[in-house]
Amino acid sequence: MTKMENFTIDVDGDGIALITWDMPGRSMNVLSPSSMADIGTWIKQVAEDDAIKGVVLTSGKPAFCAGAELGGMEKAASGDGAPKSEEERVRAMYENNLGFNKLLRTLETCGKPVAAAINGTALGGGLEVTLACHYRVASDNPKTQIGLPESKVGLLPGGGGTQRLPRLIGIANALPLILQGKSLDPQKAMAAGIVHKVVPQAELVDAAKAWIKSDADPVQPWDKKGFKVPGGGPYDKGVSSAFVMGNAMLRKTTQGNYPAQQYIMSCVYEGAQVPIDAGLRIEARYFTKLLMHPASKNMIRSLFLSMQELGKGARRPQGIERAPVKKLGILGAGMMGAGIAYVSAKAGIEVVLLDTDLANADKGKAYSEKLLDKAIERGRSTEEKKQELLSLIKPTTDYADLKDADLIVEAVFENRDIKAEVTKKSEPMLSTGGVFGSNTSTLPISGLATASVRPEMFIGIHFFSPVDKMGLVEIIMGEKTSDVALAKAIDYVGQIRKTPIVVNDSRGFYTSRCFGTYVSEGVAMLAEGIKPALIENAGKQTGMPVPPLAMSDEVALDLAYKVREQTRKDLGDKYEPTAVDGILEEMVIKRGRLGRKNGKGYYDYPEGGKKRLWPGLSEIVAEKDDQPEVEELKTRLLYIQALETARCFEEEVVTDVRDADVGAILGWGFAPYTGGPVSFIDTIGTANFVAECERLAQQYGPRFTPSKLLKEMAEKNETFYGRFNPKATAMAAE
Amino acid sequence: MTDCFIYDAVRTPRGKGRASGSLHEVTALELATQVLEAVRDRNELDTSAVDDVVMGCVSPVNEQGSDIARIAALNADYAQSVSGVQVNRFCASGLEATNMAAAQIMSGQSDMTIGGGVESMSRVPMGSDGGAWATDPTIAFKSYFTPQGIGADLIATLYGFSRDDVDAYAVESQKRAKHSWDNGYFDKSVVPVKDVLGLTILDRDEHIRPETTMQSLAALEPSFAFMGEAAGFDEVAKQRYPEVEELVHVHHAGNSSGIVDGASAILLGNKEIGEKLGLKPRARIRAFSSIGSEPSIMLTGPEFVARKALKRAGMEAGDIDLYELNEAFAAVVLRFMQALDIDHGKINVNGGAIAMGHPLGATGAMILGTVLDELERTGKQTALATLCVGAGMGTATIIERV
Repeated sequence: MTKMENFTIDVDGDGIALITWDMPGRSMNVLSPSSMADIGTWIKQVAEDDAIKGVVLTSGKPAFCAGAELGGMEKAASGDGAPKSEEERVRAMYENNLGFNKLLRTLETCGKPVAAAINGTALGGGLEVTLACHYRVASDNPKTQIGLPESKVGLLPGGGGTQRLPRLIGIANALPLILQGKSLDPQKAMAAGIVHKVVPQAELVDAAKAWIKSDADPVQPWDKKGFKVPGGGPYDKGVSSAFVMGNAMLRKTTQGNYPAQQYIMSCVYEGAQVPIDAGLRIEARYFTKLLMHPASKNMIRSLFLSMQELGKGARRPQGIERAPVKKLGILGAGMMGAGIAYVSAKAGIEVVLLDTDLANADKGKAYSEKLLDKAIERGRSTEEKKQELLSLIKPTTDYADLKDADLIVEAVFENRDIKAEVTKKSEPMLSTGGVFGSNTSTLPISGLATASVRPEMFIGIHFFSPVDKMGLVEIIMGEKTSDVALAKAIDYVGQIRKTPIVVNDSRGFYTSRCFGTYVSEGVAMLAEGIKPALIENAGKQTGMPVPPLAMSDEVALDLAYKVREQTRKDLGDKYEPTAVDGILEEMVIKRGRLGRKNGKGYYDYPEGGKKRLWPGLSEIVAEKDDQPEVEELKTRLLYIQALETARCFEEEVVTDVRDADVGAILGWGFAPYTGGPVSFIDTIGTANFVAECERLAQQYGPRFTPSKLLKEMAEKNETFYGRFNPKATAMAAE
Repeated sequence: MTDCFIYDAVRTPRGKGRASGSLHEVTALELATQVLEAVRDRNELDTSAVDDVVMGCVSPVNEQGSDIARIAALNADYAQSVSGVQVNRFCASGLEATNMAAAQIMSGQSDMTIGGGVESMSRVPMGSDGGAWATDPTIAFKSYFTPQGIGADLIATLYGFSRDDVDAYAVESQKRAKHSWDNGYFDKSVVPVKDVLGLTILDRDEHIRPETTMQSLAALEPSFAFMGEAAGFDEVAKQRYPEVEELVHVHHAGNSSGIVDGASAILLGNKEIGEKLGLKPRARIRAFSSIGSEPSIMLTGPEFVARKALKRAGMEAGDIDLYELNEAFAAVVLRFMQALDIDHGKINVNGGAIAMGHPLGATGAMILGTVLDELERTGKQTALATLCVGAGMGTATIIERV
């Protein structure tokens, strides 16, 4: 018998083979190529060995299996290196994807009963393996997650999940689970009909064996004559609406940008009308098509692989000892300060929340209390945890309370003088080697650092609002910021379980600067006489979370006006006025329309009603007769942001493609299906991107002029992931 | 090209398309049979002279399935040599069937044919035949499928028709329908539906509500607001028409076509067969067309198909004396009038489907017969009949009296 790396077989006196999945050197089983090969090996043995009467499949890890190895997906998408025709390459990928499904078919048709003993989390490919078993019993751990989460990273369940789950629990029940990637605990999974039984962990394997000994039926329901999908097929009453409405809802939620969800619908729709073998072929085709789609490749890379790498400290300087923050000082107890206090205390860090006014500081602390009360209401926290967390936050007006803080973050007004003052007052309180961080979103760090007596320990730590929900922290290196300060900042971001990106100093740094172009472009469109509704719908269709004019209202128009005024002052003669300036002046100064905060901006905000675009916009700029195609607007909105990102590379504001892509998606919600602005350019191709920018520049102005770096890359046919490959850089450094 | 003439047109009265409707107890086959019998008997027709029966039917399943045209011809005791074919152009099926039947004559391949249609919406509900468009994710996504009511509301939104506009149109439809019935304008074509004993079951359109007023309509909730918002169809429509901020939902049961049961038939032939059988031609088919239009808004086809048919006929919109456009939804007609600059006094002068109902497969041939009767009554010459069609299509026929 072939030796297996990842599974052991133990046949008991009753002829029941206990097959235990236990990958060496890993904390979790994954569906890797070697695991799949082993599964083939034991299936063959089970089928051929007459002494084996039945099978119990379980895991030797705390979890059953967390799914497929996403890192390998890219390889699966490109096939092996041999030069092949496009058709041969596609066929090879398809056959490869179908291969595992054929394997699972041999398992469920081997003629012997197979029970899955689900001892812990079974997700994605892990659950799919158990769905090819004839019986599923799970242990009663409420933390166990059972589900098919593939759609969350832009994939579809390619191991038979789109075929077996609907055949098991019905289309109307299965579709939402697969489309939303929701997981269930064992009790809920049993109620849904996914597992047959839930027992205490100690009885798990015995329960599985007991089922086998109970004259178990080794035939899947869908292999029985006359099988019908429970609840009916796509054209039966009650099911057809799941598709008719489901198709519309999907377009509503995805704007047609996410192929995974659409292909899942098609897999279920087409697959449920044919025998399972044909259904599995259909699934393998769509799975292959999806792997070839740039969206899934880009999403896996940015939302899974890069995010994981950054979270694990990929950007942390080597050779500096880890220094978790023990005592954190926060200057300014406004919305940002209060949010930072909450996430830090939640990570067990002692927090001093300082404000000029004690009532304000108390209010900042009360914010945590409010969030915790909500969490308790939803059963996600307890009174005890709340008290513990609150006890870590000390509101104060006394700088002496900051004594021995190893990190101070200022979150005061965006005003250089105030920031300089608090820096000077608080710095002496820092512990030896302590770091001072500024949560500014616009003011250059090097300038702020001039107020510091140790600018090498001065760094930008830019949070996003609302702090408790946004997963990104943008760390900004000033001219003099040291690696020690950077390491400390990254360690802190890790403590509060957020993803850090590291950028260099510039006006607006990376995220605010690029995001600003999106909003400005929307207002520029308005200035051209484009219908506001068309602008907003175009924004939505690009996959940005909030349309540009609505976003302007959220940020506040007077703030945008002030920032422009400041920039105008700072740049002097170099400032190039734009059409946006005129609109902002008209709105803010002449009309007093400041945005959502005063209930009047580009939108009206009727009390208790839905916001509507302000009809008066057409008085400010008349709508032109010849309105553009929505595609043109989408192009402008996405290109202007991606172009700014490219400029940030040129100016070395960003240096790592992962920072750029992950930062864009997590920081300002840049269309996630693109994988981020850098993946967006690479997918289009640098040369195509440059050509389109040149067209846009000619039509709409020099803000679209492609930068020197882009042109150079286009000439050499280089990609960002090729030229700025972080892995290649890391290897060269080693 | 051979001239094709209309020799006769008949229709059943329209019964309410629900279990309490008068025609619910009559099979779809019987409805189709009775109009074929009427054509035969009114014209003392030797049915062996008929080459083909083309009938529209939109939900051709169960009793309406398996080629109801041939089965009805057999049931109406037509000669066994008369073939039958059922066609589906959704709401324009009855007119399309007439056009196809006419095409056989105009191409010289048949001498006499019957076009028409049947739909018992109470017995075979709309949607009974399934269909990939709304259900199959591939095409639903690609074509931005929305139900037709959303399309109608989208037309109102895009072209600026208010709730008052569409309701006023509906009130007028009811008024005109009542006036036409009261004055016997429909008597020529309506043949009562009879039972097996020969007793009349229904001899008058029963969906009509002449008491309708602006006030009574104002009480009705928009029918598609919930579906548009909760099921996401408004959003689908906006993705296809991104210049729209919010859909205005104005349509409801009172300003949309009624669900009814009914059948229709039109006797067509060339000049020679008419002479041979001693039949008097009433009108000539001058041109017909079908077109595809944007499927998501779905119901804007009439404008485009009318333009195409007019062009083929070498005519201008102003050359048409009377227009008949199926009142699927009030906004569909208002948009057509707006696009072609047609006075309300020239279109749907006898009321339409808002008042009397829209038996899907039969309506096209019904309105062609209605407008022919009206031309004759008023001494006018030319008419254009058209319908908006599911999945974004339009079908039109231009006739002129001879």
